Amino acid sequence: MIEILLFAELEEIVGERKLTDPQLVGKTINEVREKLKQDYPNIKQIDRAMVAVNEEYAEDDQQLNEGDVVAFIPPVSGG
Amino acid sequence: MQRYRIIEDPIDIGEVVTKVEDRNAGAINTFIGTVREMTKGKKTVFLKYDAYVPMAEKKLEQIGDEIVEQYPEAKVAITHRIGRLDIQDIAVVIAVSTPHRADSFAASRYAIERIKEIVPIWKKEHWEDGEEWIGDQLEKKSYSKGHPEEEDLT
Repeated sequence: MIEILLFAELEEIVGERKLTDPQLVGKTINEVREKLKQDYPNIKQIDRAMVAVNEEYAEDDQQLNEGDVVAFIPPVSGG
Repeated sequence: MQRYRIIEDPIDIGEVVTKVEDRNAGAINTFIGTVREMTKGKKTVFLKYDAYVPMAEKKLEQIGDEIVEQYPEAKVAITHRIGRLDIQDIAVVIAVSTPHRADSFAASRYAIERIKEIVPIWKKEHWEDGEEWIGDQLEKKSYSKGHPEEEDLT
């Protein structure tokens, strides 16, 4: 199982903060991003999002393992 | 003692400062980020902050570690508030103690700039006529690929 976390405007577009998908094991982050764009055509902003796997920033070609938590992180605005 | 926190209640400035007190400190510098009413002529009514809390706390800790790497005697504490904040509310408090004042000023500045680069916290502006998630307020730096490069993040 892969857990996907969405924040800020991405969460609002999808209507969920957390999605799960067993089919994504072994896929790359890029493939997850493309799948989300297919499932949610309005989620164009996801192209600007950074990605973290298990709470650490990750590159788009990283492959996902069972149990990974993938977070899409839109440009941050804390402070 | 948890020195890097994301909380929903009002921040106790004194508590953050206490965490960095040290017998060898000659300075404690605090940065207090507050909610501004007017931005480029537009009036904010209130803000909502959200965060990826466990990762945000980790990234605050990373910022503290980066500071200690540069100023080995520094002590750092950072608390960021999330949820609904009204005008003038405190959103973030950074405290840095160092033996000499120049380092505490520099480290505190570094911390707030770095928060705006790598810590997964978002604010949503609520105006009288609408609302919007705000992204990328770095002002000084833009990521050509739309996200930080590896060297920005490690």
